[in-house]
Amino acid sequence: MPMRGMIMPGTAMGGTTDMLAVGLFHYLFVGALLLVLGIFGIFLNRKNVIVILMSIELILLAVNINLVAFSAALGDLVGQVMAMFVLTVAAAEAAIGLAIVVIYFRNRGSIEVEDVTLMKG
Amino acid sequence: MIAALAFYVFAAILLVSAGMVVSARNPVHSVLFLILAFFNAAALFLLAGAEFLAMILVIVYVGAVAVLFLFVVMMLDINFAQLREGFQRYLPVGATIGVVLLAELVVVLGGWRFAPEATSLRFAPTQAGLHNTAQLGRLIYTDYILLFQASGLILLVAMIGAIVLTLRDKGASRRQSIARQVARGPADTLVMVDVRSGAGVGEIGILRPLVDEPEPAGDAHAGHDHAGHGHGGHH
Repeated sequence: MPMRGMIMPGTAMGGTTDMLAVGLFHYLFVGALLLVLGIFGIFLNRKNVIVILMSIELILLAVNINLVAFSAALGDLVGQVMAMFVLTVAAAEAAIGLAIVVIYFRNRGSIEVEDVTLMKG
Repeated sequence: MIAALAFYVFAAILLVSAGMVVSARNPVHSVLFLILAFFNAAALFLLAGAEFLAMILVIVYVGAVAVLFLFVVMMLDINFAQLREGFQRYLPVGATIGVVLLAELVVVLGGWRFAPEATSLRFAPTQAGLHNTAQLGRLIYTDYILLFQASGLILLVAMIGAIVLTLRDKGASRRQSIARQVARGPADTLVMVDVRSGAGVGEIGILRPLVDEPEPAGDAHAGHDHAGHGHGGHH
């Protein structure tokens, strides 16, 4: 891919091919904030399984942002390949998780995480 | 500098909508903000030059996963106000852990830099003159074919798992019973009847099968109308 017109010289990674419009650290910081928001969401919505699943999606999205940012900053495509596989696993996880939520609701009439005690000895 | 400005706009919207996902009062709004977050993340991917992943994110996440979430949220009849009890109680500990984690990540990012030989350690350097999708395609169909097939297998297992988990058999369906079919002999099903010439079926009466079919466990009345569907015609 031809280099874009607005390449800033690498901020802290001298010598690497930088394809990002802004520095790599901006991407990493966005990814870190997104990860923290996802974990915060798990703590905040401790009862609602659906929002917890959405928080997990946010965390995996943060992982993907990091992978893509490193891939672009280094000029190495393997990061994007890995991001694609993370995407696959995230989609499978969402499907299975929502199926479990549906059958749990069908059996118990509630999706509160604190009610999930059937397997507690 | 348009790209830098676009980055900040998309990143800001992404983070704000992610915050709304975890804090929205209504889960439907959460899902809608999740869709917005995915769109903005796709824009960030585009800015980083990962066009194929950006399109995949829009198609797979917005088109499939988010709609799946929306479907489940709207299908389940849940008292969401009750689920938000304890929101205030968990806020301090969640905020504490979040701030600590963010501080740690910032510390890690602040003191981190690429190794000097990082450029020479690349597995698949980007090639000039080929667009992103073609390069990714060349990679995943050659070097990463095993991972590619494994991810296909994961999706297949997820699909079968979701179907098996949510499939509910009400007992209303008629199943094939191979043992009964094998055990059936001609004496059970065939009867020789002398029909007088000129007499209709009404005079003889319709013969029912000698062995009654087991009715489905669910609605026996609905199944009765077409009981003996394939057996009654032998005269």
